[in-house]
Amino acid sequence: MENIMKLEFANKSSNENLARLVAAAFVTPLDPTCEELSEIKTAISEAVTNAIIHGYEDSLGMVRLDGRIYGNIVEFTVSDKGCGIADVAKAMEPLYTGKPDHERSGLGFTIMESFMDKIEVKSTLGIGTVVKMKKVIKNDR
Amino acid sequence: METNLLSEKRTVVVKIQTDLDHHSASLIRKTVDAKIKGTNAINIIFDFSAVDFMDSSGIGMLMGRYKIANILGGKVIVFGVGKQVKRIIDMAGIDKIINICDSYDAALLLV
Repeated sequence: MENIMKLEFANKSSNENLARLVAAAFVTPLDPTCEELSEIKTAISEAVTNAIIHGYEDSLGMVRLDGRIYGNIVEFTVSDKGCGIADVAKAMEPLYTGKPDHERSGLGFTIMESFMDKIEVKSTLGIGTVVKMKKVIKNDR
Repeated sequence: METNLLSEKRTVVVKIQTDLDHHSASLIRKTVDAKIKGTNAINIIFDFSAVDFMDSSGIGMLMGRYKIANILGGKVIVFGVGKQVKRIIDMAGIDKIINICDSYDAALLLV
């Protein structure tokens, strides 16, 4: 099966729920298990939260969620046009947080990596960040 | 979110009724910290039985409350943890500092 979607929303924390729900609804036709569904929701939540918290600091901006389904594979891209990440490898280290005084656990990328099959992060300072994630829906109940 | 003070046990019980993400974590943080500041409470019991979803923001929130309770000589206890939440807690390894209980009664025994 093939399908595509795109959703664009303001960098408000209340939209984290919106992004999770849309991602879950989009993947539903592939009949994922409850576990696969909650893995996708968690990974999307982490990526969108990063875009909201780190992407734009305190200024207004838009976050975009693109979805693509081909065969039994779902691909999501979360992008922002915010400040970008200076050192992507460092940002992806477990427990690293760019905001130590904000009670962030530093586990966002670790969760995305372990819940999805593939993750790619491209970031340019002053231009923005794109996080692309892919998951094969095995549906092996 | 419902909060309930058990003053004889110096404990605040917090029932979370939403997804625990970055959005709700800031609200929970503010509410719980105000309760701790304004009362004699040193322990926090979180009721997670209505939480279907938590991401790493929930871990940050729990670790932050642990720091506060720990300074006061109290504890953070969580009960009613579902499958998805358990997975995130296990990945973070915070069960070493936060007590995970099966029931409210078991949680009460720790304070």
